[in-house]
Formats: sequence, C-alpha cells, structure tokens
Amino acid sequence: MLKIEAVIQPAKLDAVKEALIEAGIEGMTILEARGHGRQKGHTEFYRGREYTIDLLPKVKIEMVVNDDLREKAIQAILGAARTGHIGDGKIFVSRVEDAIRIRNDERGENAI
Amino acid sequence: MYKLKIKLLLLLFLIALPATALAVAPDLRPSPPATQAQVAALQQEIAHAQTAGDNAWVLVSAALVLLMTAPGLTLFYGGLVRRKNILGTMMQSFAMMGLITVLWALVGYSLAFGRGTPFIGGLEHAFLRGVGLAPNSNYGGTIPEQTFMVYQLMFAIITPALITGAFAERMKFSSMAVFLSAWSLLVYCPMAHMVWGVGGLLNTNGGAWPVFDFAGGTVVHITSGVAALVTALYLGKRVGYPETKMAPHALVLSFIGAGLLWFGWFGFNAGSALSAGPLATSAFVNTQFAAAAGGIGWVVAEWLQNGKPTALGAISGAVAGLATITQASGYVQPMAALAIGVIAGVVCSLMVFKVKKYFGYDDSLDAFGVHGMGGTMGALLTGLFASSGINAVFGVDASGHALATGAIGGNWRQVGNQAMGAAIGWALSIVGTLALLFVVDKLMGLRVSPADEAEGLDLSQHGEEGYDFNG
Repeated sequence: MLKIEAVIQPAKLDAVKEALIEAGIEGMTILEARGHGRQKGHTEFYRGREYTIDLLPKVKIEMVVNDDLREKAIQAILGAARTGHIGDGKIFVSRVEDAIRIRNDERGENAI
Repeated sequence: MYKLKIKLLLLLFLIALPATALAVAPDLRPSPPATQAQVAALQQEIAHAQTAGDNAWVLVSAALVLLMTAPGLTLFYGGLVRRKNILGTMMQSFAMMGLITVLWALVGYSLAFGRGTPFIGGLEHAFLRGVGLAPNSNYGGTIPEQTFMVYQLMFAIITPALITGAFAERMKFSSMAVFLSAWSLLVYCPMAHMVWGVGGLLNTNGGAWPVFDFAGGTVVHITSGVAALVTALYLGKRVGYPETKMAPHALVLSFIGAGLLWFGWFGFNAGSALSAGPLATSAFVNTQFAAAAGGIGWVVAEWLQNGKPTALGAISGAVAGLATITQASGYVQPMAALAIGVIAGVVCSLMVFKVKKYFGYDDSLDAFGVHGMGGTMGALLTGLFASSGINAVFGVDASGHALATGAIGGNWRQVGNQAMGAAIGWALSIVGTLALLFVVDKLMGLRVSPADEAEGLDLSQHGEEGYDFNG
C-alpha cells in the first residue's frame, strides 16, 4: 500500500479528481492548503501599500492505493495538473503499514 | 412682496375666471370679483402643496442619510479591516445610531440649533421643547421643524461614525462609546451651531465670517477628519503596523458599502436644500459629477504610480469626491463640481499613498486622508467656485443683480471666510478631541490589551464572531 499526496493548483482540482477516478482510484481526501515552494508568491496593493503574499492557496489531495495503481495514479495527476509553469505543485509517494476500515474492522488492502 | 403676490394672484384669478366660465357655458355676464377670503384660501392651498412636496423630499433624504451610516459606512469600513474585527468595527458605527439619537433628543439638537451664543446654542429646545410640527422660519420655512430636527440628527450620527475609521481594530468599545458621545456634544454641536445655527459665528445669514457649507463639509468632514488624525496619533499604531499584513479582508463588502454611501449622499447633499426645488436639483447633479470625477481621479493617479487601477482606489476616490463636494454642492455650477471631484480624487490619493507613509501615522482606514483632506479642500474650493447664478445667498444689489458669492464672481473675500471656517473647524476639533481623549484615557483607558488586539475586537469586545465557517 502506498500513500500518494499531491499539492496542486486549486483551479486544477476538478480535472485531477476526474482523471484519478478514471484511473480507478476509488477514494481520496481533499484539503485546502496554503504554501509555496520555489514560487515566491506575489504582491498586492491596498491604498498604495504593498503587501507580499508568499503563501498561496493550494489544494492537497491524499489517497492510499494498492501498489499496482502507483504509476496510473501518478500519470493521472501529472496529465491533469501540469501547466508547465512554476507553481504547478508536487507529488509525494510513501509506504503505508496498514489500513483499517472502521465500519467492520477489515484490514490491509481490503480496507482501501 | 406680499402685496405684489396678492395682486398677481388676483390678476391670474380674474383672467382665469372668464376663461373657465366661457369653456363651461357661453355666459357673458361679468363675474363677481374674488373676495379676500377666496384669495386667502387659495394661498393656504399653495402653502400646503409646497409643504407636502418639500416635506416628502426631506423625509426621504433623512432616511437616505441614515442609510449612509448603516449599512453604508459599516460595510465600507467593515470590509477594510481584518476578519477578526468586522463586528467590532460595524458595532462602533451602529452604536452611534443609538447613542447620538438619544443625546440629540435630550440636548444635542438644542445645543446645535437653539438660540444661544455665536458659538453654541442654548437649552431652549432641550428635551425637544417647542420643536413641533409647525415650520421654524430659520430652518427650512416650509417643512415641520421635527422634519428638520430628525434630518439633522442623521448628520450628527454619521459624523462621529466617520472617526471610527482612524482607530479601527484597537479601541475598547466602552471607551469608544463614551468618547464619541461626548465628542458629539463638545465638538459637533458647537460647530453645527456656528455654521448653521441661528446667530452662529459663521452663519451666512449675519455671521461675522459667513461660511458657505451647504451640507457639512466643515461641520461634518473637517471636524471628523481632524478628530480622526488626532485620535490615530494619540492612540498609536496597531500592534505590528506597518510590517505585518493588514490588508482588507472583504473588499466586496466595501464595494456594497461605497455604493450605498454614494446613493445616500444624494439625501445628504440634495436634501440640504430643505426643499424639493431647483436648489435640490443643483446639489443632486453636483453630487453625481464630483463622485464620478473623484473615482476617476484617484484611479488614474494610482494607475500611473503603482501600475494598476485598483477596485479599492475607485471606491475610495468616489468617496473622496463626495466628501469634497459636500460643502459646495448647493453653491457651484456642474463644471466646477467635475473639477472639484478630480482634484479631490488626486489629492486624497496622494495623502493616503505619500503623506501617511511619510509621517508613519496609522490612520487605519484613512478617515483623515479622505474626509479631513476632502473637507478642507472642499471648504476652500467652495469659496473659489461659488456662483450666484446657482445660489444668490448674499441677495441682490439695488439694481437687482445678484451679489457675487465666490471668487470666480469677484468676491475673493469669500475664500478668506471659507479658510476662517476651516481653521475654526480644525482648531475646535483638535482641542476638543485631545481633551476628551485625555480624560477618557485617564478614566477608563482607550486601547484594548495587546492580547485582546491579537484576538480581535469581535471576540474580545463582543464575544461573537462575524464569520463562523464551522457553523
């Protein structure tokens, strides 16, 4: 089992979600987030005062998948979220030890 | 004058009578002449008709001016503060609607408009004694005095409410209520009396320095704007200003508020004619022109300076134009209103961009930059542009020509009068505001604690939140 976390542009959420469902991913969790990587935010003006906004709105998608879905999921996100510009986001993949379904105590791959 | 009117009416009556008689029946017998009683009845009908029209407009205007405070100003200011302070900010203005109304009924109206010294009214109208439904010939002779009283009340409400923009996000609610209530009696009422009250020092009708202040540029905007500056300096900056981001949290709300302010300002200015006649039209037209020109002036100035035309700039400029035309609205020609608006937009934007930054004071929502500066410029520009063709306030000379009112008509003295009025407004507001701040600070403290300021006024002062996203 793998956990795939993707931080993406908020505007790309719908496209990524559809691509993931098409790729066979059945569950995911969406978090509204703020952050920045190498992209260093932008400036705003209010009554002549300049503000640097360094933390920008992002969306974080979390999902746990079976090992065989790894590449399909990554390709789905890449295909839907990429604009080619700075600020497109990142994907992180990590191993998960166990999963438990709270409703009926199912364990492991059956639970996801 | 009176005799002439009767003669004219008689003549009209005599001409009209045979004509109607002819239309009804071809009876050529001479009609009996109108009796005195008939003429008197006719005159009374005319007076009733005028009262009906004038009263309707001034009552609507009173409601429009109240709309400027809430929701106009509350939304405008509320959107400009941070999210944690929106209710606290809105409450400060709304509190004025309660407190000043009560004070006005008890003594405020009398101090402003009762007979007294040239500086402040007496107590003849305390508890609204003698303020009935009959007109008062000193204040709009065709409308009930209670209409005038309640219309002026709305001005008394919005003036202290404007000051709240300067000390936003950091004053205790209790201290704010005491300070602004006392300010209304100590600064607003005397200023209103001097300019508009019968026997006032700056009254156009017999004052030592007749000041043209159609709808309150000096009485409302100079007093509140200067008090705003004094309060911002006395209180000091918000914690973290200007390093931390303190950007407006909801410009959409400010937009709605600015739209309501613009809308209500027609009642503020055109209602100040105290009648539904041509003077109201003139003030209405000037209000629209100055607001539009003010918005354009500000946006162009910041576009050139910062590279972008901002939405906040557009609404700020419109308000600056409105604040500046207030004083001139019933005295100048429409082209002068356009000029006044542009000047207001550009100069007020520079006040906010450059002057505030240079001196480093924290006039949080620019109450001084917009209202203090706009009011002061409006006072002087009124002296420059006042036209006797719009409002022959000084009457006519022996040959029937209207006496010049403003500098463009040749009366340069008026610019001096206007400057005198503005200077008295500044002086009264500085002294009165400082004294009150000092006393209230000693008695109960002015600022919230740094912890409360960090938490926000909504929770620390009122125990509520403007937005509950988990509700």
